[in-house]
Amino acid sequence: MRVLRAAVAMLVIMSGITGLAYPLAVTAAAQYLFPWQANGSIVNNPQNRPTGSKLIGQYFSGARYFWPRPSATAPVPYCPYNAADGGCGTGSNLGPYSPGFLAAIKRRIIRLRSADPQSTTPIPASLIMASGSGLDPDISPSAARYQINRVARARRMPVARLRRLVKRFTRGRTFGILGAPRVNVLELNLALNRLARKRKH
Amino acid sequence: MTDNSWLQIGLYLATIILCARPLGVWMAAVYEGRKTFLHRALGWLERLIYRAAGIRPDDPMNWKAYATAVMLLSLLSGIALYGLQCLQGYLPLNPEHMSGVSPDLAFNTAISFVTNTNWQSYNGETTLSYLTQMLGLTVQNFISAAVGMAVLVALIRGLRGKQTDNLGNFWADLTRGILYILLPLSVVLAMLLVSQGVVQSLNPYQKVRLVEPQHYSMRTTGSNGKMVNTRTVVRHQLLPTGPAASQIAIKQLGTNGGGFFGANSAYPYENPTPLSNWLEMAAILLIPAALCCTFGRMVGDMRQGWAIMAAMLLLLIPLMIGCTAAEHAQNPAVAHLIHHHPGWALKNHGYMEGKETRFGITDSAIWTTVTTAASNGSVNSMLDSYSAIGGLIPMWLLQLGEVVFGGVGSGLYGMIMFVIVTVFIAGLMVGRTPEYLGKKIEAFEIKMAAICVLVPPALLLTATAVACVLPGVTNALGNTGPHGFSEILYWASSTANNNGSAFAGLGTNSVFYNIVGGVLMWVGRFWIIIPTLALAGSLAKKKIIPPSSGTLPTHNGMFTCLLAATVVLVGALTFFPALALGPIVEFLSGGRL
Repeated sequence: MRVLRAAVAMLVIMSGITGLAYPLAVTAAAQYLFPWQANGSIVNNPQNRPTGSKLIGQYFSGARYFWPRPSATAPVPYCPYNAADGGCGTGSNLGPYSPGFLAAIKRRIIRLRSADPQSTTPIPASLIMASGSGLDPDISPSAARYQINRVARARRMPVARLRRLVKRFTRGRTFGILGAPRVNVLELNLALNRLARKRKH
Repeated sequence: MTDNSWLQIGLYLATIILCARPLGVWMAAVYEGRKTFLHRALGWLERLIYRAAGIRPDDPMNWKAYATAVMLLSLLSGIALYGLQCLQGYLPLNPEHMSGVSPDLAFNTAISFVTNTNWQSYNGETTLSYLTQMLGLTVQNFISAAVGMAVLVALIRGLRGKQTDNLGNFWADLTRGILYILLPLSVVLAMLLVSQGVVQSLNPYQKVRLVEPQHYSMRTTGSNGKMVNTRTVVRHQLLPTGPAASQIAIKQLGTNGGGFFGANSAYPYENPTPLSNWLEMAAILLIPAALCCTFGRMVGDMRQGWAIMAAMLLLLIPLMIGCTAAEHAQNPAVAHLIHHHPGWALKNHGYMEGKETRFGITDSAIWTTVTTAASNGSVNSMLDSYSAIGGLIPMWLLQLGEVVFGGVGSGLYGMIMFVIVTVFIAGLMVGRTPEYLGKKIEAFEIKMAAICVLVPPALLLTATAVACVLPGVTNALGNTGPHGFSEILYWASSTANNNGSAFAGLGTNSVFYNIVGGVLMWVGRFWIIIPTLALAGSLAKKKIIPPSSGTLPTHNGMFTCLLAATVVLVGALTFFPALALGPIVEFLSGGRL
């Protein structure tokens, strides 16, 4: 029976240390040292209201915006949480040679081509393949460049101006080695809106 | 494969190998009860724990007492975690008002976290309260990892013991593992992850206003029961949050792998940047690799530890390169599609489906090999969408028995079982009684090692066969044909070997998968732990005989190759028929199924 007492006591004590003290202490330290990151890297709009997170992608479908990657979340793309049906971030989990996957690829290519019929540039893979989380905030630099002509026409902006903008928002590999080059879609589109407002004034 | 892929693979392996020795020697000191600099800061807490629990840390335990303590703690942990999930609706720290978890899912999840598997049939952000995540899952992330390391240390004591019953004291090993190894590393990693953008708060989910409201027309069931088209406008996004960083740190360090969020380490709040990805990836193999050095140090011959690590690397490196190359290759089915539509052109299309832009193909493939070599099982890309070969590699790594580094503790004790099988085979070849580290390996040891090597394959192949023929069970498949078979085979391999990663198209939140999966995880964990401890007890009783001219040296290149070959041989012979029906036929079809 001594072993039972020890087991119960150990479970209770370790629960207290690793299940309460540790996460609460990390929460306190995180809120003090990195409050912006710990609370979700929230980005505000010009009215100073939260309009998204730098880390969580949003869906854009208008010609005036850069589009993100396809997303497999339900019931709508880029849905991080939906209490009604338990929807959350997810990948498509379609097999690489499955009919469902190939049909989706076909649909996405047709959509991209009909949005910009003149384009002869090869379509970058990341624009037709969904991400693992369904909430990918980034597209590859070539995926951003692919869309410049369409956005420039819709916004009546010079292509060169947009090229500079995309370049400014392109982040390379970390330390030149880690990860992959990328462009944050939300940041890029917010910058586009800021430019448009400036031109109006 | 790009130049960057080679660079990253090299950098990753160098990091792990360089950290192994200092951390391994440090852990050996902790488990031998020597005073380290952390004792000055935490020694009082250790003593307080012993007093409160009525434990004398120097009390010797024989293998049966050690095993009883392990089983009892695991059983109580499972019951507590089950209860917590079922009652979470009535408990505090539940801002999103999550209701109690269904009994079969709670059963599966409780066993999953207690056995260090972390298979998840649920999505954290839609199912669990913050209290369950912290007081339930985070706690078991620590305890199950510390249990694995304790069992390894007991086995090492058995190997070096001289005619004794004593395998050490489980409670002391558990306390020291958590207090001096897992907890300090987790605090550091958690803070680094928060700095990168991993969330850590107790606030409710946050509503944000979308930059561009989206119009959708959806087919829903109307009031008369017929499908109708409804137009909806989505103006907001609800962003989940929670005490994630503290759990993610230990999930990687303890080779647990269960995500705070459903999409696991692909989820941007769980793994936001290439740097966080690198840190988490390093954390997965950090302790399993260092334990090889702990082993070497504790048996008094570092070369023994390095020889085992070399065998692990010998298996890991080709598979890592193979997976990365397979994912960079062109998808033949997509190429076929493009070919038949003149005017369609596609740029560098590797297997990007299910992968995140910030990690790219390289960091996704390295992660996948690492997480399945270790019994971690967290994913930063969706394995179900991997190429046939890219998916075969992680699946085979599970099936090898999680011994290529493997889980913290469990990987190395699993590998030592293969060492025993290897010296036995070598002994048969030359006609001598095999020995390892001066201990004679006799019938009882071989029987125990054989149980450890054979139980998981027997379990998982049987479960796969049953799942394929039972009516209704295959409705859960996310894909059909050989890929669907792969989903079931992967599920059984992952649970029986306590990994926890998935071909996630398979919808496993049903009574069959929850209950059978729970049983696989429990048996796959403890039918290894108990024979391992029995073996340790039997070894501890033996004399240590000095090496003679007939002794097979176990610290050189020849032994490393023999060991790796034994692992491959067992893995290949056992699983080739099953793999042939899944990923291999998928590969040979060239994408035209």
